[in-house]
Amino acid sequence: MNLTAILVLAGGTYAFRAVGPVLRERFQPGERVRRLLSVAASVLLVALVATSALMAGHGFAGWARVAGVLVGGVLAWRRVPFLVVVLAAVAVTAGLRLLGVR
Amino acid sequence: MLLRDIALVCLADSVVGASFGAIAVSGGQPAWVPVAMSLLVFAGGAQFAALGVVLAGGNPFAAVAAGLVLNARHLPFGFAVADVFGTRLPVRLLGAHVVLDESVAFTLAQRDAARRRVAFWTCGLMLFVVWNIGVVIGVVAGRMIGDPAALGLDAASPVVLLALVLPSLREAGTLRAAVIGGVIALATAPLLPPGVPVALALLGLVAA
Repeated sequence: MNLTAILVLAGGTYAFRAVGPVLRERFQPGERVRRLLSVAASVLLVALVATSALMAGHGFAGWARVAGVLVGGVLAWRRVPFLVVVLAAVAVTAGLRLLGVR
Repeated sequence: MLLRDIALVCLADSVVGASFGAIAVSGGQPAWVPVAMSLLVFAGGAQFAALGVVLAGGNPFAAVAAGLVLNARHLPFGFAVADVFGTRLPVRLLGAHVVLDESVAFTLAQRDAARRRVAFWTCGLMLFVVWNIGVVIGVVAGRMIGDPAALGLDAASPVVLLALVLPSLREAGTLRAAVIGGVIALATAPLLPPGVPVALALLGLVAA
């Protein structure tokens, strides 16, 4: 990650955030644009979850990581607190590796 | 009640911040990278996404693109909570930096205007402080941990993103688009450079 990339990401993110607070008296995005943005974010998140849970580079990431992510996913689906979800996922992955599962 | 809930979310996010810092430095990034990202970008999902693309060997600008598409959701968020900023421009510009999933969720859950303001500013500013402290702790710890894989830290980032996205998947159109996008990303990941498969997942939007 280089400084230019970080600044572009930071500037773009800030711009997204500031449009509403600064312009709210003059302009509101339409319902279709809002929906498209929110679905696009969900699609990207799921693609990131899938690739980062299953892949390491061009190969399979190994069962320990997959199992940890699955356990975290089930707990999150059952609305367990966020902190517990993250700690459980990390613990399952670490535990399986300790037992020799790769 | 509100303050207790906000404090719990802060505690959880500080742990996530620590794992972000640890993953970044143990993946070979210099210490200033996670710290600068957390101060300037201050969006956990996009930070993990961008870092993930870079650590997988992808181009930094593919990482920026992934982060920006994720952060586009802050645009409607900003409008949704715009009433908490008052009329002064400097306050609006400062508050914009702490428009986050968490601060927006807490704000939208409040009924009257005064409580919305308290929820937004308390959550936004407290999270900014604890997130960045968490990241610094993670950076320091990550340099002492030789092998983050042994601690299972590589499971943290996908789980954070999964917990963020799950509620939105209860809607059928979003779920359809996300499943198609996920399949496209996984099918192309063995062949294409890192970052590209995730961008291709947006093709799933046609099914939304």
